[in-house]
Amino acid sequence: MTAWLTPRNAVAVVLVALLALLPFYASVTGNYFLMSMFTRILILAMAAVSLNLIMGFGGMVSFGHAAYIGIGGYVVGILAKEGIGSGFVQWPLALAVSGLFALGVGALSLRTRGVYFIMITLAFAQMVYYVAIGLDRYGGDDGLTIHKRSTFDGVIDLSNRTLFYYLCFALLLAMVYLVWRIVNSRFGMVIQGARSNDRRMRAIGFATFRYKLTCFVIAGVMCGLAGALLANHTNFVSPAMMHWTRSGDLIVMAVLGGMGSAFGPVIGAIAFLLLEEGLSRVTEYTNIILGPLLLLVALYARGGIDGLLARVHRG
Amino acid sequence: MADALLKIDGLTKRFGGVIASDNIVLDVNRGELHAIIGPNGAGKTTLISQLTGELAPNLGSIHFDGADITALPVYRRSALGLARSFQITSLFLDFTALDNVALAVQAHAGHSFRFWRDTRTEEQLRAPARAGLDRVGLSNRADVVVANLSHGEHRQLEIAMALATKPRMLLLDEPMAGMGPEESARMVETLRELKRDLTILLIEHDMEAVFALADRISVLVYGRVIATGAPAAIRANPEVRTAYLGEQEAAGG
Amino acid sequence: MDGRSARFCRLVFAGHLWPILCLARIAVTLAGAMLYFIEQCLNGIQLGMLLFLLAAGLTLIFGIMDLVNLAHGSLYMIGAYFAATFAALTGSFIAGAVLALVATLLVGMAVEVIAIRRLYGRDHLDHVLGTFGLILFFNELVRLIWGPAGMTLPLPNQMLTAVQVLPGVYYPAYRIVIIATTLVVALLLYLLVMRTRIGMLIRAGASNREMVSALGINIKLLYTLVFGLGAALAGFAGLMQAPILTVQIGMGENILILAFVVIIIGGIGSIRGAFVASIIVGLIDTVGRAFIPDILRLFLSNNAASTLGPSLSSMMIYMLMAAILVFRPEGLFPAASK
Repeated sequence: MTAWLTPRNAVAVVLVALLALLPFYASVTGNYFLMSMFTRILILAMAAVSLNLIMGFGGMVSFGHAAYIGIGGYVVGILAKEGIGSGFVQWPLALAVSGLFALGVGALSLRTRGVYFIMITLAFAQMVYYVAIGLDRYGGDDGLTIHKRSTFDGVIDLSNRTLFYYLCFALLLAMVYLVWRIVNSRFGMVIQGARSNDRRMRAIGFATFRYKLTCFVIAGVMCGLAGALLANHTNFVSPAMMHWTRSGDLIVMAVLGGMGSAFGPVIGAIAFLLLEEGLSRVTEYTNIILGPLLLLVALYARGGIDGLLARVHRG
Repeated sequence: MADALLKIDGLTKRFGGVIASDNIVLDVNRGELHAIIGPNGAGKTTLISQLTGELAPNLGSIHFDGADITALPVYRRSALGLARSFQITSLFLDFTALDNVALAVQAHAGHSFRFWRDTRTEEQLRAPARAGLDRVGLSNRADVVVANLSHGEHRQLEIAMALATKPRMLLLDEPMAGMGPEESARMVETLRELKRDLTILLIEHDMEAVFALADRISVLVYGRVIATGAPAAIRANPEVRTAYLGEQEAAGG
Repeated sequence: MDGRSARFCRLVFAGHLWPILCLARIAVTLAGAMLYFIEQCLNGIQLGMLLFLLAAGLTLIFGIMDLVNLAHGSLYMIGAYFAATFAALTGSFIAGAVLALVATLLVGMAVEVIAIRRLYGRDHLDHVLGTFGLILFFNELVRLIWGPAGMTLPLPNQMLTAVQVLPGVYYPAYRIVIIATTLVVALLLYLLVMRTRIGMLIRAGASNREMVSALGINIKLLYTLVFGLGAALAGFAGLMQAPILTVQIGMGENILILAFVVIIIGGIGSIRGAFVASIIVGLIDTVGRAFIPDILRLFLSNNAASTLGPSLSSMMIYMLMAAILVFRPEGLFPAASK
């Protein structure tokens, strides 16, 4: 208990402090592009944190997590288009629809294991993708512009960029804290036990299916929130936001940061998106480098950055 | 007639053309340690798997404490007080020993839809878990990650976990498999202790241990119970000698 | 009803022949719909055949090496690019196709030796991550070599004709070639797996790795060959499809996900399941897209039908998949060895 100042915690604290100060830097230098970029990073980090709850702690490798970003986003977009601009309606509905979709997909896919699970989550996400493409009224392939951000009259004005950034920042921290509480609770022990040895869990008396399904739905709802935020951030939704490569990106973020901790995916999201950004300034062909890098991570660095820091600590 | 806690009647399981359990009739009485022996491939693990509900029999019934449990799912049987240990060690390797047992305690301490409180601070889970480790002599290894424990310690932990579910009956699938003589002796001691409070169905290859511990023994050959009786009677049974013990003695001597 | 036939109907209405003539017209309309239906079914079978080529390779690789290969679609794409390039170089479609097949086989084996081999025995998440990296790499590599614009592979003239498959039903010759050659490949694959020594090894490898190693067979080489075979099948699918679609980056990805659906429906590791499920998925997807908007129009307003139609028809196969998962979570033909 005494040695809380580990390299892992130090990095987390420094990162959180930097993220908290970023809007000041942006306002001093006038570099609002940076703040906008980091707003996006914070939102995708939320999606990665939610994915890590099921993947890192629950062992459920979902290759369809971007679908919830899309669903959350489209609920906001469609309601805005139909003239319902209030966030008090848009956001709860976005979370509810994401949760319902997760309930359906989870109920079907959790009956199977391993590689089936990966393919089924991918296939259902692809279904949502095609449904969005088929929605001619809402822009089809081209997507849908949202003319006004969600309104929360009397609570917060989302059109203020700095306020919006801080909202995302606070929600991300809240989400990390929530995941941390969950994984250390009784529920979290059941989820991690089921990852480690599902058969044994049932033998000692756990009906693991309902716990895993609940966990799957929680993660879906969290990611739906990220979707609602992303739609507000870009003022735009399109099928591309749930393209299957985006689901792959989320897996990469979670693994890269380290799946063993609630905060790891935040590090992963920042590292991955900054790397992408940085590479794109060096070469037009970023994925020539990024692709093999992912292979190397899969082969040699599965602990991610978080695992690396833990190893530094142990010496 | 003795009071049967577990009643197996006409249990039959086929895998394609192979009959793994052939009309098995078997009673385990309250408070007894009933051992099942038999050569490899006799269908012992298949029998256990049907008792725990991991396999569904083709025919026959299983009654536990008077209730028909033939069609109950695994976790429900566990809730009734039927606990098993696995032949091949089946633990949560990335948890500590104490976390393993605490999880087994948690399984029978109400539902686990509790999302907030840190479970490692819950004394009502940790205290029984520590007591369980104590009972199998692992209390000094409580905070070791299970992957780093020895094989013998794994087997002891298996028992501790089965105990933690507060069972009325233990199904032990070869608890001494792969153990050295010293570890085996310790396990026999542990089982002798457990025998006082629990009904036990023991599947084991270690004949010395079986004859030292069992109140009654059933012999399973090719999925069929060819004899049931007290150890002395089994030892003397000519059919058993030719089918099973004879082979062992021939191989041994 | 177009203007002329409406006038015709009115004219007939005036006389007493109209009931007979109207019936005849309905019959003609129905016959037209029937012909369209048959044509769509053929298209569905053709799509199913391509899906089978992909799914067979995926399921073999999964069944034998226990590897989830997301990059399978990249080999499909590479096959198509090779075919377009070699056909342009040699001036012959056939020569281009044969060269492309060999080249894709070699690329597949090289990828296995350099990268895939290191993923065996790892958990599925490693497979997903590693092969996802390979997809990104191959897409970018193709863009680097062939540019972002995409290519076309023109068909030889003798394949540009349509063949009368049934009285009144004409069907493009090339699509018939696709169906026929894929059937031959499916048969060869079946013979290879069920009747030959290497097939026996493949089946043995699927059920018992240690045994194959114990027999002193070079399991590394076997795996490389199996992966190469899967790559060649994917490449073959890509090059056959190339003249129908444009050859472009990412062309293998959507069809790969369809192939996953095929495998889920058919049962993992089963070639027979892959074959049956491919045809089911191909038919339902194609026929659904062709008819669902019209069927919806019977129940809904025109407007609602055209809004819902495209979304609903693209959901069909996923609905089927969901139904299969409810009733047979292991798929239609669960592999016996698992």
